[in-house]
Amino acid sequence: MFVLPTLAELNLVAVLPATIVAVGMCLLLLLDLWVPAERKVVTAWYAIGILALAFIANVLVYNRPGEAMFGMFVADSTTAFLNMVVLLTALIAVLLSVDYLKRAQMEKGEFYSLVLFSASGAMFMVSANDLVLIFIALELLSIPLYIMAAFRYPTRDLQPSSPLYNVAVKSEESGMKYFILGAFASAFLVYGSALIYGGAGSTNLNRIFEVVSILLQGEATQAVSPLLLLMGASLLLVGLGFKVAVFPFHMWTPDVYEGAPTNVTAYMSVVAKVGGFAALARVMASALPVLVIGGAETAAWQFGVSLVAGLTMVLGNFVALSQTNIKRMLAYSSIAHAGYIMMAIAAAGSSVNAESTLNAVSVYLMSYMFTNLGAFAVAMALEKADGTGTSLDDFVGLYRTQPQLALLMALFMLSLTGIPLTGGFIGKYFVFGAAVQAELYWLAIVGVLTSVASAFYYMRVVINMFLRDDQPGDPAEGATPYLMSAVYISAVGVLVMGIFPTLATNLFPMIPALIPLFGF
Amino acid sequence: MFGLSIVTLTLFLPLVGMTVLLFMKEEQQNEIKWTAFGVSVATFFASLLMWIGFDNTNPDLQMVQQWAWIPQFGINYYAGVDGLSLLLVILTTFIMPIAIMSSFHAHVIEERGRAKLYYIFMLLLEWAMIGVFVVHDLFVFYVFWEITLVPMYFLIGIWGGEERRYASIKFFLYTMAGSILMLIAILYLGTNAGTFTLEGAGGILEQLANGSLTLPMGGFFSLQNLLFLGFFIAFAIKVPVWPFHSWLPDAHVQAPTAGSVILAGVLLKMGTYGMVRFNLQLFPEASVFMAPVVAVLAVIGIIYGAWVSYAQTDVKKLVAYSSISHLGFVVLGIFALNQAGISGGTLQMINHGISTGGLFLLVGMLYERRHTKALDAFGGIWKAMPVYGGISLVVTLSSMGLPGLNGFVGEFTILLGAFGSSVLGLTYTLFATLGVILAAIYMLHMFQKVYLGELDKPENIALKDQPLTWQEIAVMIPILVAIFLIGLRPAPFFATMDASVNQLVEEKLELAIPQEATESTAAIDQTVVDSEG
Repeated sequence: MFVLPTLAELNLVAVLPATIVAVGMCLLLLLDLWVPAERKVVTAWYAIGILALAFIANVLVYNRPGEAMFGMFVADSTTAFLNMVVLLTALIAVLLSVDYLKRAQMEKGEFYSLVLFSASGAMFMVSANDLVLIFIALELLSIPLYIMAAFRYPTRDLQPSSPLYNVAVKSEESGMKYFILGAFASAFLVYGSALIYGGAGSTNLNRIFEVVSILLQGEATQAVSPLLLLMGASLLLVGLGFKVAVFPFHMWTPDVYEGAPTNVTAYMSVVAKVGGFAALARVMASALPVLVIGGAETAAWQFGVSLVAGLTMVLGNFVALSQTNIKRMLAYSSIAHAGYIMMAIAAAGSSVNAESTLNAVSVYLMSYMFTNLGAFAVAMALEKADGTGTSLDDFVGLYRTQPQLALLMALFMLSLTGIPLTGGFIGKYFVFGAAVQAELYWLAIVGVLTSVASAFYYMRVVINMFLRDDQPGDPAEGATPYLMSAVYISAVGVLVMGIFPTLATNLFPMIPALIPLFGF
Repeated sequence: MFGLSIVTLTLFLPLVGMTVLLFMKEEQQNEIKWTAFGVSVATFFASLLMWIGFDNTNPDLQMVQQWAWIPQFGINYYAGVDGLSLLLVILTTFIMPIAIMSSFHAHVIEERGRAKLYYIFMLLLEWAMIGVFVVHDLFVFYVFWEITLVPMYFLIGIWGGEERRYASIKFFLYTMAGSILMLIAILYLGTNAGTFTLEGAGGILEQLANGSLTLPMGGFFSLQNLLFLGFFIAFAIKVPVWPFHSWLPDAHVQAPTAGSVILAGVLLKMGTYGMVRFNLQLFPEASVFMAPVVAVLAVIGIIYGAWVSYAQTDVKKLVAYSSISHLGFVVLGIFALNQAGISGGTLQMINHGISTGGLFLLVGMLYERRHTKALDAFGGIWKAMPVYGGISLVVTLSSMGLPGLNGFVGEFTILLGAFGSSVLGLTYTLFATLGVILAAIYMLHMFQKVYLGELDKPENIALKDQPLTWQEIAVMIPILVAIFLIGLRPAPFFATMDASVNQLVEEKLELAIPQEATESTAAIDQTVVDSEG
């Protein structure tokens, strides 16, 4: 018999921030019909309003852990913290887009709906406590991103002789590439979920944890195969690994990042990682940390994940060394950063570490968000309307023409390198700390050594801006007030996280709601 | 004042000054220069107050200030000075006004502009360097340690010589590569102890001693040895100890004069200070175990540095390589692991900062006038610039270690320490003494080529019309005073560090040294204490 659930059972308050964004997006689609084409900036302000509203809601429900939708959705400090990261990402992305869309002649009202759309997907994903919700949220997150990547598609009246034609084709190509590979990866995710369901008899992460724990104590009453769970976890890793771009599932990243409009690249380089890593951290740290086979001391998946993390850091950083385009360089750098976050996930395999994994992932994502968006924002300031101006050589002499922009870019580069007093250092400290706690010393050493290699290409940007005078500096025409406000927000975020990290870390009451349930 | 200790005030004065500079306009050249100079002088006086208030008999940390920074992880701003760090703080604050004043008329700044940025980096560097010496929290130490890289990178990269881009990135990568392994060691100590203070990390070592914390590997790869190496490699690259020295000549030759002065005067000392503070204090057993190996590297450095110096045709490079030799002495003294060695090593850090800093200043003055640093281009300079020649003679002799000047006291005490050390001994001392002789050879060779001989080249004759300016003399006077002061009356300097060094030796190192060997050192230590008194 079908019983309508009561509102109390649904506990909609816990889902409030994500719901506001989702509902606001739907209203924006309608509103857009009445906004004339020359005043599309109204839609941007509407989107900012929705994000602010969701932010306030998030603050209000911050310290009210709970579950919603019958345990599919969990609101804990990780959820609330990462919601904040997603909302800030979307806010900065909107600020970055206002003038860029105009310059690139692709200003359409749907753009901001798509931003809100994928932001709500990411917010559902960071709170998903069920494999089914993870899948739905992932699609909600990804599909708008495919569209946004192709947002500069060649329109019918665009002649092949036009200087804008090439960049339009590239955008379309990148959207297509992203879509095909993304769909492929989703299939892996579904298959992995199915296998885990087969092994554990549930898609709920708490329930999976219980089943695996019982399995470990040898009290299994039903035939549960750890191998099935391990295969499921591996396929899940493939699916989510694609979204967050870790080796060897990273191949799409440089092409898509380069081809997509830069504001979209900035947005998706952060939001997809927040969603993907949150889900990965929850599955690995909350559901499967005790998946131990044959009396080993650490989870069976730990070695595989560590290997992926190590190879990702090495590959991302070393390939970035030879890039000459800032967008491709930042693409490989984002692969490398995915490797650092993966290191924290690997740490969850030593079962004492669920907490430090979730915290490390959250802090890293926040510092990465500010830093990466800031770096992309500066890159956008230099980009020309026809998509050129993204070469590293375009940064030469920037200190002469735009000293402020150059200094802020230097700050972002130092933060990506992980120099103290920037957010990047705090993030790295957390993930290395998690790895050391989990006794993954070799991984931590790979991490620090590749950080040194990364200094080389990040510093190259700084060298070009400050130490080279052989070209006149770029006037940075794109440095409009909207874009500069995004740069300032990012810079303040980087510095505050670096100098007063407690402001960020105090936001965790440290214990995600799930974990004490099991005396973990 | 306002609940701030004098150490905190000294540390943050440069940062306050830097913030003031941020709000000044590029056109206010004079105001910028004098603000930077004024702030650095004020910092120097603040550090002197520290010395006045310092209790020589107390071996522990004094004028302590502690604030929680990241309480969840036991990370604190925990600052104070003891006998090991006080003199280095004063060295830093002493060198900085000199370096700043010496850049007032530097042609690179006039040529490339951006004077405001230059002085901002200078004060930022001073802040970070003082921070390295005063904080006693491993994490915060690492933070300051890494921050020193950034301003120095820009100082070399923007205002350096022809190859500045190469030299600056090499400097950055080389030192970062070293320090990042230290981060792993620090994380290990901190996460296991739950706190990052030096005392707290000491708790880990008790766990190590009673065997509740070990790695599966033993012998050379024991946990303490690995942690020791994590710190040591970072410091060895900074010092630099042979064979980690290859960044130094590039950085020195390319850096602007003030950059070289700071690099040689203070930055390199961060490495040797780190060895005393962290390697000896945290890992005494590993220090004893590693001492012979480290001492061999130090001795190779002493001889290699001297040898290569002699072969140089570029004055600045010659001075740069001489640093490798001099710092070899310091490392040798530290790893003698006794009172004389460590005191001598610490004093020699100060001496080297003063005399090599002075040499770089002198080379810079010549370079400003002649725009060359090639040995062959000079000759008979003394005749052209008598005041300059006289000052140069004193500084060169000080660097050589002539009795009566500062270098002698340090080197002599170090050799005494190495000779009496139960872990090193006569062979090391003999080879190191060879370095003293070699130093005389290359230094006199340099002096002869540049200052003596015929004044035959027209460019050099023209120097007669360009005597030292009052500012150039003003920066050299404090250096000369310090050279004579330490040379003739080293006792107050030794007295400042004695109690702390003594505590380190007695409570940490001697317990770690196998018993039968310690007795012979006690006698020698006694003679040193007598001679100082």
